[in-house]
Amino acid sequence: MIWLDTLVQGILLGGLYALFAAGLSLVFGIMRLVNLAHGDLIVLGAYLILGVMHVTGLHPFVAVLIAAPVMFGLGWLLQTHVLNRVLGDDILPPLLVTFGLSVVIQNGLLESFSANSQKLTAGAIEAQSVQLGPISMGVMPLLTLASAVGVIFLLNQLFYRTALGRAFRATSDDATTAQLMGISPSRVFAMATGIALVVATVAAMYLGTRANFDPSIGPARLLYAFEAVIIGGLGSLWGTLAGGIVIGVAQALGAAVNPEWQILSGHIAFVLVLLLRPRGLFPRAND
Amino acid sequence: MTALLDIAGLTANYGDFQALFGVDLMLNAGETVAIIGANGAGKTTLMRGITGIVRGRGKMELDGTSIASLSAPEVLMAGIAMVPEGRKLFPSLTVEENLLIGAHARKVAGPWNLNAIYDLFPILKERRNSPGTALSGGQQQMVAIGRALMSNPRVLLCDEISLGLAPVIIRDIYAAVPKIKASGASMIVVEQDIGQALKIADRVYCMMEGRVTLTGTPATLSRQAIHDAYFGVSA
Repeated sequence: MIWLDTLVQGILLGGLYALFAAGLSLVFGIMRLVNLAHGDLIVLGAYLILGVMHVTGLHPFVAVLIAAPVMFGLGWLLQTHVLNRVLGDDILPPLLVTFGLSVVIQNGLLESFSANSQKLTAGAIEAQSVQLGPISMGVMPLLTLASAVGVIFLLNQLFYRTALGRAFRATSDDATTAQLMGISPSRVFAMATGIALVVATVAAMYLGTRANFDPSIGPARLLYAFEAVIIGGLGSLWGTLAGGIVIGVAQALGAAVNPEWQILSGHIAFVLVLLLRPRGLFPRAND
Repeated sequence: MTALLDIAGLTANYGDFQALFGVDLMLNAGETVAIIGANGAGKTTLMRGITGIVRGRGKMELDGTSIASLSAPEVLMAGIAMVPEGRKLFPSLTVEENLLIGAHARKVAGPWNLNAIYDLFPILKERRNSPGTALSGGQQQMVAIGRALMSNPRVLLCDEISLGLAPVIIRDIYAAVPKIKASGASMIVVEQDIGQALKIADRVYCMMEGRVTLTGTPATLSRQAIHDAYFGVSA
């Protein structure tokens, strides 16, 4: 029975990783940009929620509603004024710029908030759990997984059911021909990065309420997110959810065997999937 | 009478390579102009220059307003749509989505909407949920034409719409041209097929090596003059 419990906890943890990864997957799917600052932007989102909570006294679930539009604006400006300038046939410039951005965000947060650990306090809900037969599930992890499914469902609806989603896909297919349709790729990209940072803010709320965070933890979150995207298949949003769950379950199983193996197990699962299915579990047909 | 589209002295480069040398072209309202010429004559560059995909230098006016400095999306918004060479359908989009994206930015009232496109090319209605690129070449060309019409353009540019298609399919595609003309759109049709171009055009421009070498109406141009201008044989 302990293995069933471990499996369930792993799936719930996978929800958090899927949230980390969804924004990364969206941006990669549309503009083939690997944003190396994605983890740091999630941490920045957590500090922003923390700041809103300090100033207004609001609960993190409400504070995120204020932080999300701010992060959308930040994403828009970042894409318009920085990333659009370096996007092109050569993939190296955007990698270098987002790597630099990662360093800048980490040091900016360190200067502003020190290296002390912080946490977003959500109150009694953090300790609440639901009993399902022999398995006990925390309410917060359940909400995290539900949010991950909800976010990915909404992103899919946006992608495949709206005019904006059509513009996203058309631009991703062929940015030059998209311009002949009156679509400005730079605006489409700005919108995509804005939306990705809204998702990152949701991820940040669950990251901050689940455990302590400090300015240095972004790159590790990026690694989990990156692995989830690759496992799922580049550009596939539901694949990203599956990828997050694969890493979560692998980590939970590893930890059940030996707590020191938790992180390593996730990475081993990533390597195994790459060996068996180099294009991920659900690769997009036209990639 | 002012021309609907007035281009004068247009030059364009790809890096160090100059592809257009002072091209003059005029399109009157309701008119269909054909541009013929061999491979490398500069026909496609001219189309790309008009639409802002390639930055040209020179005078380009639509209904008296300069479009020379506009970006490609702005040119579409001004009312010039293009059927690009090679069709360039979006592989991630279904047939219907490919058509709808044509009206994504420029939403103006006009004769063309989804139903009108399906009336023009009924096969597309049957295949509307298929991926655009799963269609035959001729059907893909119909989607590309429909997609450009969806913005209800004032000027429709068609770049090599018969390229790579079987004669019977080309006939079907060109059967739509009179209906498009009747809807009020003015057209510039780039063609390598001289016979086809002469059949549908009110006026013809022949290009060679980035220059216009001959202009006239189909009735006044002799086969020999076109042949000479096309292949660069001096008279």
